[in-house]
Amino acid sequence: MKSTTNCKIVKILDLSDKQLLELSRKNVLSLSLEEMKAIQNYFKKLKRNPTDVEIETIAQTWSEHCKHKTLTGVIEYTEEKGSQKVRRTYRNLLKETIFKATVELNKKWCLSVFKDNAGVIEFDSKNGVAFKVETHNHPSALEPYGGSATGIGGVIRDILGVGLGAKPLANTDVFCFGNPNTVASKVPEGMHHPKRIVKGVVSGVRDYGNRMGIPTVNGAVYFDDGYMANPLVYCGTMGIIPKNKIEKKVNFGDLILVVGGRTGRDGIHGATFSSIQLDQESDVTAVQIGNPIVEKKVLDVMLKARNLNLYRAVTDCGAGGLSSAVGELGEKTGAVVYLNKVPLKYQGLSPWEIWISEAQERMVFAVPPKNKKKIVEIFKKENVEAVFIGEFTKDKKLTLIYNNDVVTSMDMKFLHDGVPKPTRLAVCKVKEEKEQKPVKMTSSEISKALRASLADLNVCSKEWIIRQYDHEVQGQTVIKPLQGNDIEVSGPGDAAVIFPYTVVRGTKKGIVLSNGLNPQYGKINTYKMAASAIEEALRNAVAVGSDVEKMSILDNFCWGNPNKPEILGSLVRAANACYDMSKAFDVPFISGKDSLHNEYSIGGKKYSIPPALLISAMGVIENVANTITMPLKNNGNKIFVLGITRDELGGSVLAKIKNIKDGIVPNVYPKESKEIMKRIYKAINKNLIESCHDCSEGGLAVAISEMAFSADRGVKIDIDAIKTETIRSMTIAEILFSESNGRFIVEVYPDNEEKFQEIFNCTVFSKVGYVNDDKKIIFESKKNKIKVQEDPETLLKVWQSTMNW
Amino acid sequence: MKKVKTLILRTAGTNCDYETQAAFELCGAVVECVHINTLIEKKDKIFEYDILAFPGGFSYGDDIASGKILSNEVKNKLGDKFKKFALSDKPIIGICNGFQVLVKMGLLPEPKLFEQISTLSYNDSDKFECRWVYLKTEKKVKNESNCIWTKNLPDIISLSIAHGEGKFIPNNKKLLNSLNKNNQIVFRYSSKDGSKPEYPLDPNGSIEQIAGICNTKGNIFGLMPHPERYVFALQHPAKEGFDGEYGWGKIIFQNAVDFVK
Repeated sequence: MKSTTNCKIVKILDLSDKQLLELSRKNVLSLSLEEMKAIQNYFKKLKRNPTDVEIETIAQTWSEHCKHKTLTGVIEYTEEKGSQKVRRTYRNLLKETIFKATVELNKKWCLSVFKDNAGVIEFDSKNGVAFKVETHNHPSALEPYGGSATGIGGVIRDILGVGLGAKPLANTDVFCFGNPNTVASKVPEGMHHPKRIVKGVVSGVRDYGNRMGIPTVNGAVYFDDGYMANPLVYCGTMGIIPKNKIEKKVNFGDLILVVGGRTGRDGIHGATFSSIQLDQESDVTAVQIGNPIVEKKVLDVMLKARNLNLYRAVTDCGAGGLSSAVGELGEKTGAVVYLNKVPLKYQGLSPWEIWISEAQERMVFAVPPKNKKKIVEIFKKENVEAVFIGEFTKDKKLTLIYNNDVVTSMDMKFLHDGVPKPTRLAVCKVKEEKEQKPVKMTSSEISKALRASLADLNVCSKEWIIRQYDHEVQGQTVIKPLQGNDIEVSGPGDAAVIFPYTVVRGTKKGIVLSNGLNPQYGKINTYKMAASAIEEALRNAVAVGSDVEKMSILDNFCWGNPNKPEILGSLVRAANACYDMSKAFDVPFISGKDSLHNEYSIGGKKYSIPPALLISAMGVIENVANTITMPLKNNGNKIFVLGITRDELGGSVLAKIKNIKDGIVPNVYPKESKEIMKRIYKAINKNLIESCHDCSEGGLAVAISEMAFSADRGVKIDIDAIKTETIRSMTIAEILFSESNGRFIVEVYPDNEEKFQEIFNCTVFSKVGYVNDDKKIIFESKKNKIKVQEDPETLLKVWQSTMNW
Repeated sequence: MKKVKTLILRTAGTNCDYETQAAFELCGAVVECVHINTLIEKKDKIFEYDILAFPGGFSYGDDIASGKILSNEVKNKLGDKFKKFALSDKPIIGICNGFQVLVKMGLLPEPKLFEQISTLSYNDSDKFECRWVYLKTEKKVKNESNCIWTKNLPDIISLSIAHGEGKFIPNNKKLLNSLNKNNQIVFRYSSKDGSKPEYPLDPNGSIEQIAGICNTKGNIFGLMPHPERYVFALQHPAKEGFDGEYGWGKIIFQNAVDFVK
């Protein structure tokens, strides 16, 4: 080990605690004192100082982004409910909640869960489908376009890097932003205006996703000022993979091949920088630079190489770059890499920069020596650069060589398992939720509230975004994000269904994608937020015709600083809700990701984002012909509300609009909901439901109006017929705008009514009205002398105008 | 029965090759997706095929202008072969990015000329948009055109579009007149009832709502909408189609396959 001009020895053996921390801070290592000391001790045993390459390698591998130290570390949790205190110690929160549910549910059709770049479930006897959702928050705050583009580019590579590579079929995207109408003077200094962030992020996803030829079919946008300086950008990709390509294995002697983009100085410290709060000094060079066409070329050829069995393993270069990719593949074997063989965009990179750069569009393969010539040839044929940079060994060491000098020599075991488990404190003071004072409104006030709800940023049409994405490429999007009875109207679909006939010829099956997210609930109760998100994701999928028994889910936690016990405590509660709901709905988690440290500082004061748990759902549909959309279909058809309406206005859209204090956040009643979900599937498959819509933000008033104006039809609803919880009587406004979970609106052809009611026997449902032939949307309560009447056309315009940019 | 062989030309950024292949295969053709490098290596390979398709996508990222780099590459490296193929009356289709390539290479509107005399420019809305539109087939306006691809279609069909550069502009009035006179304008954006559409049913502001054109012979067809995304009724937003199962896009591929047979 020697110091060369390009590689420096970092003297840490004699450093004091204070100096160790200073070193971590100065070099953006994001390592704690305990971790720095573990490194110091390791090198004390080796009786030498580390090189900069070694220190950087450890920092990337041990980053929160790569290792999930918080969720897999020790958490001392205290839950306070009034004067009661309950304590519990988690040795590994993930394993004891989310993963535990999956293990206990033990679904045979879960083919690969929580171990690869994506979760894989069974599609049919020959194929699996893989799904992964990632976050790219900090880069998108600094450089919205590049941040989101490389976010989608990165998650696509996760799908290319699952097993021996899946073919991407669809993308999803979910964003949280600050209010785009904020006056410029209110935007924190040094931060982009939220509207600029929205436009940049959407353009980034558009340009990358469209050029990759992958339809973006499902998503959500959530606006809250808590995301002003730290937006959330979730990107997901679903792909299809032959069952016999799901496992990868690296053998000693396999060659390391890097394919695709060249390595440059972009994306240095991406993995470690994501664990540091954002402020106006944050460094833009941490953001990567994307080029979708390079990635598209890699995709095209690697699927050919996969089908020719030319390699034994593959993974993507994501956070931590080559350091993570080679480190992961070589964990059990060992690896030697010749850094000067790595193709560079330009000269002048130091060895450590080459090793940890997060330059985009790179995949790393393990190639048996006998295929050496053939695999390079096949890539070369389509102008894709593929270069061997080393080989997998059997010494269980990571060895890096630069210009004949050994610049790194470390044990894989230390690198992967040497990170000390932190112990963190978590506290949750459960807030007591109080019912609001009865919300009494006149007919005209209800009218106004309905319009305001439809125009609300979190309810309004997202057509401006959706149409910029090619959501039809590949020709397989049979249930589309925007729905109507002819091609012109664009109602809000609950979920998307992909019919993968171009890949699996002759199939009748489909893949459903949906999501659930509601940070507003999390401000009051993160347990209920998580439970509601899970139920909403499932409800959305069920509404288009999915079988809840064939669903799987993904978790994406975006939280604030986990070093603050209250913030970590709220996360523990959400994780517990995940376990409870996964078990109760009998729906397994198959993959997930967390992005902690979503914190920013303004004028020296630190702010954490409102916690957000995104639940993404994927399921297999037996017959795509048996799927339905949400616009009303025919005059005279009957309208039913399935499920119970409860007095649950906490965190609701109405509460926000009318500034209502208090209110109960919607609870989840899994047993009740699941019975309804199972029966909807049955009824849809017997052709007994014409249209179906999930009831969530904005309650019944919004959901029913959406079904009507998306069809340009009227509807007459008798509010008195809606079944509510009987504990206390609800006002009309509460019935119309409560956001109780477990509810669907369905449209039934009169002749099918009897058969329909038979199926829903034993569940709570109410027949509330019919599709009107005079094109008026009417909500009426004779008992309370309330009559709200609106034109579908007007409401459609109100709903569309908010984000008609 | 004769096997109808279709070549789908691929390059960096091609991305509608799978569904275009599926559409031709559904109509009984044998399909190969061939990378342009292979054609450059074996220049006469193209004559092994009966039908040539330029699929949608973002060839070379649509850098410079949509389809420009690929059209130059084809013209400079394979120009005489492609011209010969085109003049042999064999069917050629260019969809979306493929249409842009045909127009910028000059195979459309007239392969004999083989020069760019029209273009597809930025949408009036100045953004990429994906939506379904109505198309009026030419026979609604005049007599049936020569186009072999668009026989047996109803007066109005719907297809999906997805593009940022789809505004068709001929170089001059004379060209526009001759396109009209020769029934070369086979698809126009339309309202549901056939009247002149407004944005967004006119999605890009094309001159005279032109959505697709053919050469005078009728064997070469270019269009911005995506017929390959509507071969099954299931793919339609309201699941409409014909024979209870198929989408109107299928007819277009069927016409070419039947023509070769």
